[in-house]
Amino acid sequence: MLTSKCMKGVTQGYPLGIQAREVKVTESEFNIDFVSRVIPKLDYDTLWTAADGLGYSTDLPKTLVENYESNEDFLKKIHHVLLEIEVLEGDLICPETGRKFPITSGIPNMLLNEDEVKY
Amino acid sequence: MNESSALRKYILWFAYEHLDFRFQEIESIASLLNVDLTWIHKSAENPFWLVEVRSEEDVVKLTSRSVTLRYAIELWSSSSQREDFHDQLKSLPTAFTAPYFDENVSYKVKVEVFGSSQTQAEKVQRIESFSYLPLKGPVKLNNPDVSFQYIEYYGHDTVNIPCEPHHFYFGRIVSEGQRDLIKKLSLKSRKFIGNTSMDPQLSLIMANQALVKNGSLVYDPFVGSGSLLIGAAQFGGLVMGADLDYLMVHGMSRPTRKQARHKPRHEENILANMKQYGFAHRYVDVVVADFALPLWHDSFKLDAIITDPPYGVREAVERLGTAKEDKNISDRHLPTHIPCKIHYSMAQLLHDLLSFAAKHLRMGARLVTWIPVIRLEYDESQLPRHDCLRLIANSEQILSTNGSRRLLTYGKIGEPKEETRTIVEEEETYRQKYSRYIEENRKHKMEDDHKGKKFKNSTE
Repeated sequence: MLTSKCMKGVTQGYPLGIQAREVKVTESEFNIDFVSRVIPKLDYDTLWTAADGLGYSTDLPKTLVENYESNEDFLKKIHHVLLEIEVLEGDLICPETGRKFPITSGIPNMLLNEDEVKY
Repeated sequence: MNESSALRKYILWFAYEHLDFRFQEIESIASLLNVDLTWIHKSAENPFWLVEVRSEEDVVKLTSRSVTLRYAIELWSSSSQREDFHDQLKSLPTAFTAPYFDENVSYKVKVEVFGSSQTQAEKVQRIESFSYLPLKGPVKLNNPDVSFQYIEYYGHDTVNIPCEPHHFYFGRIVSEGQRDLIKKLSLKSRKFIGNTSMDPQLSLIMANQALVKNGSLVYDPFVGSGSLLIGAAQFGGLVMGADLDYLMVHGMSRPTRKQARHKPRHEENILANMKQYGFAHRYVDVVVADFALPLWHDSFKLDAIITDPPYGVREAVERLGTAKEDKNISDRHLPTHIPCKIHYSMAQLLHDLLSFAAKHLRMGARLVTWIPVIRLEYDESQLPRHDCLRLIANSEQILSTNGSRRLLTYGKIGEPKEETRTIVEEEETYRQKYSRYIEENRKHKMEDDHKGKKFKNSTE
């Protein structure tokens, strides 16, 4: 859901690419309500591409399955990629300029230098 | 009061703290949990409010979330006259009281004397004044089957305490509020805190104002040490935040605790706090970013925004930028360059915050934020407004003689269009206002000191 459209010359800045150097997988409580409510808010292709970039797309269908609300197996997979995989060290990459936003200790740094700001 | 109507009424006993927040908190919880309630009596001073609800389940719902409530008590008798009060109790229908007076039901009677004090002997005397109640069960002080509460309310004048209480109440305790959470989430024992971490009670109140429930996606754009996220996560919110301050978010800033000033922070961050309270699974992410710049995709929708933006008093109000003409950074400096920050005006920040909320909240969702005000100059019509947001609640926390902050709750009522207006009527920033006040005070003080010195010199 993050974009780089705050940058000069960037119109969409979405979706950001993701590159990981260190990934941590943690287990977290499966909240079926949340996952089924969050799916319509997501851009599924982007999620798939991000998961693919991290090498976690093998189980994940390439397009959104129909009637996913009742498909617990699918919801669990989404839960896994969405909430259990955390990139500790890596970069988010602007699709238009290639500008890298570093991720350190799991926290992306979206700060720009003065000369990169659009406004 | 006739008896039949007394039976569906409840006493809401509030803690005597954050008085201006009680009503709004209960109203928010009622709307969140679909509780229909009618206020019978509420006052600014008295901590015992009377409310009518459809069923006991409904008051239990209120106490399941409220942090300003101590107890919900089923009202058995309420009067300003002692005799009338006891008469009401005596005339309660047997069918109503019988289940609690049964010989197999253990009980205890608690006594609260608000605004006065009592000795143990006086307490026993008070309990014995109810000897006419046909209580057949055994007395049990720990975990009885039923607890009765007797309250004498003497008002607030601690100097001239009246001989007779203003009001008498008696009832059966139904449920207890969530005051224990305040201790559980105490800043004293929290791993990672900052200089302006929010008091846990207020962060829980904010989560209630924001209607946070299980699975709500909650965002704080000025996250700092993440103290607001803790309150939201306590009520099941999935939390995320952003902040401009890299060192703060990474727990690398100067330690806040005085006794730890000499050593750097170790493994202190928002996630560590979430783990401490067992909320790690509700932590989505935190980002280092500038709120003044667009960061999120248009389709990104939130269930709540709770925030405490910097006012420029204890935390600087900043955004990325430079005052320099030439913004280019030489290649030599680029790898180690730290982005410059410039002042971000409070008015601009509020403007951006309201527009952000109007854009990224889902319909009906809430923005809960604080604004600082100079008490004497406060005017409700000057509060920030937005065409797509409706001001739902506004509660004041007094901070000093001159200053206070107000917790504002807005609900989204429309989707922003091209011509949507945001109105922030603030010609002078809070920082300027505040510094003007401080400056004036300081001048007065200096003048006084000067006079004092002159006086001292002349006497020498």
